[in-house]
This record gives sequence, structure tokens and C-alpha cells, in this order.
Amino acid sequence: MTRKEKEYDDIPGTFVFDADRSRQGYWLNQFCISLSKEEGRQAFRDDPEAHMAKYKMTEEQKQAIRDRDWNRLLELGGNIYYTSKLGAFDGIVFQDLAAMMSGMSREDYRKMMVDGGRSPEGNRYKSEWEKK
Amino acid sequence: MAKITAGIACSHVPAIGVAMDQHITDQPYWQPVFEGFEYSREWNKKNKPDVVFLVYNDHCTAFDASVIPTFALGCAAEFTPADEGWGPRPVPVVKNHQEFASHIAQSLVLDEFDITIMNEMDVDHGLTVPLSVMFGDKTPEDDWGTLVIPLAVNVVQYPAPTANRCYALGQAIRRAVDSWDEDINVHIYGTGGMSHQLQAERAGLINATWDQQFMDILVNEPEKARKISHVEFLRETGSEGIEMVMWLVMRGALDEKVTEVHRHYHVPASNTAVGHLILENHA
Repeated sequence: MTRKEKEYDDIPGTFVFDADRSRQGYWLNQFCISLSKEEGRQAFRDDPEAHMAKYKMTEEQKQAIRDRDWNRLLELGGNIYYTSKLGAFDGIVFQDLAAMMSGMSREDYRKMMVDGGRSPEGNRYKSEWEKK
Repeated sequence: MAKITAGIACSHVPAIGVAMDQHITDQPYWQPVFEGFEYSREWNKKNKPDVVFLVYNDHCTAFDASVIPTFALGCAAEFTPADEGWGPRPVPVVKNHQEFASHIAQSLVLDEFDITIMNEMDVDHGLTVPLSVMFGDKTPEDDWGTLVIPLAVNVVQYPAPTANRCYALGQAIRRAVDSWDEDINVHIYGTGGMSHQLQAERAGLINATWDQQFMDILVNEPEKARKISHVEFLRETGSEGIEMVMWLVMRGALDEKVTEVHRHYHVPASNTAVGHLILENHA
């Protein structure tokens, strides 16, 4: 069965966390949420591979965790409220994580936000990004 | 008879709570955010609620990926501020009006809103930040100064309930409150928003024009606001802007005509546009 196109697919730079992503990312997200408790953080510090092995993640998901590839984690079914716990584990504040995901330096991202944020102009449809 | 006398919309950006907890609200970055809440705190003292019905979303704190209720009503005696990974916020335990909450639960289900009933639940920044905004600085030894009935709405996994469904739920909450035979003053909060996207390459999206128009129609033309589609929320206000469906629950519980006594809008607080409304209901 091929995945039907969804009306929210045509938004650039965005992973909509729907039931398909939720299913795909279930163990990845449960792994991430374990890091919101000290017990889970200690286990991950002590032996990252052993802690990851407790969750039925795919090798791709585990590699994205090892690489701290934040957008790849989302692509593989991670949800930002979960993957941000991995960020917090690394001591990364939310805004800096947002900067990394959008491919900007923390200073440039922070300045963009103070100046009013990323404009919706040119950021509504994928075709607008393909032209860039 | 219990009466809903006001509806309050308020962002629940975690950094607002952190700024209060660290006493840095006077810093230039935060000053314009908190300046807009000064009126609200004075108004809140003059119009003190007995009960706040607080519509918010849980951020994978009480509910991880294993359980995702669309609407979950807090019926426990009290709710403890949760540890979200960096220790619980130093704020009071949230106390419920348990008999009233049970009445609302029963009324909603008989009114065909099949909610989940929570007899144990920790609450996260989604609930405590709006209380801090309205009630000011509190320590864990203090009392919030109001009882609180929490309603958690799923906005993490798509689809969140529609704007229309949220509005209709607000109407059902109104019927439940109106049928409670105790002379109490009730405020209803719709929290979250406004425009923000926390994830992927489009992170940082803010749409101030859309946000202001949304506040206009929410106040004056709620029948239009309830028709906003999920795709419009996602595309125009960012993937996390969809939290604004929770403002529709609040609006649905008020009269068709309300008086907007206060509006505050500021960009940014961290990654988010801060929006806030106080609407008086003349029921």
C-alpha cells in the first residue's frame, strides 16, 4: 500500500507528526522521553548503546541518535517534544536546537526571532523553496 | 448558580515561566512581554475567580506516546507541577474543585463529548505558566488563589481536534457550568499559541498579521474562527501554532457578544509569538 498524499505534505521544512510518523517513531520517542527522568539519563550516560537497546528502534533511528542528526530524527518519526529531551540531555537549550534544525547559527537565529521571526512570505509551499 | 464571567487567552511559552522563576522579567528581552501582563494581574485581583477552567496541552509529561487522549479532564483532588527534565517549577500545587469537576465530566459525556477522566495527573508548564501570568509570583508554600479544573487537549499528534469541535466543546462546558447550583465565579482559559514552529528547517516561523486577524475574528466573529482548517493553522502559523484550537474552547464557552478589555501581543518569547486576551462575558 502506498502512502496517500496528504494535504499538509506541501508545507516546506516541516514534518507533521501524524499517525504514520507516530507509529514509525514510537520507540524512538519512548527512548527520548526516558531522558526526562534522571534514571534514564544516568543509564544513557553509563552505556548509550545498552540504553538504546531497551527500545525497539531501527538501526537508522539509532544512528540518527548517535549523530545527533536533529532533522533526521524528525524524518524517522521523532516528535520535537520528545527529541528535545535528547537535546536537553546534551545541554542544548530549545532555541539553539531550533537554530540547528533550521541550519542557522545561534546568533543569526536569535536575531531573526528578535526581529520578528521567520516570515511566512516565501515559506508556505514547497514550490517556493524549490525556486531558491 | 455558577457563572462564567470571563475568558482569557494566553500563550504558555515555557520560557515565560523560567523568566519568572529566575526573576529576570525586568531584563530588556523580557520587559515588553511582562509589561503587557501588568493590567491582567490588576484586572484579575478585581475580578477574582473562584474556579479557573483551564484548557491547555500536555507536552509529553503526563501522557507519553503510549496514551494520547484527545480531551482529558482533571478530576483529581490536586495536581502536582511536573519535572519536565530540569526539576519541577517552584510553584504551588494546583487544587481542584473536585465536586464541580465531576459534575462537568458527567455533564459533558451525557452531552456526547466522550472525554477521558484523569484521577491522577501531573501538570506541566502548559498549565502553570498561564496561572503565573495571571496570578503573579508564587512559591510552593503559597496558594494559587483559585481552584483549577484542567482540561488537557491533544495538539501533539496530528490531528488535534478541529477548531469547530473545540468551539462546540466550549459550548458544552458552558451548559455544564450553567447547571451547577453554587454561586461561584468561573473564568475559562484557552492557552497556547500564537504562531510558532519549533521543528525542522522552517523553525522560527511567526505570522503576526495572521495572529492579529485571528484575535479579531475570535472576539467578534467566532463563527468564522471555528471554520479555520488545520492546514491553514499549520501553513500560516507553524506546526505548533495549531495549539490555538484551544482558544476556541474558551470562546465557545462565552456569549456570542463579549467585551475585549485587554489585548497584548509581542514577538518573541523564545521561539513564539505571545498573545493574550481578556474577554468579559455578560451572561
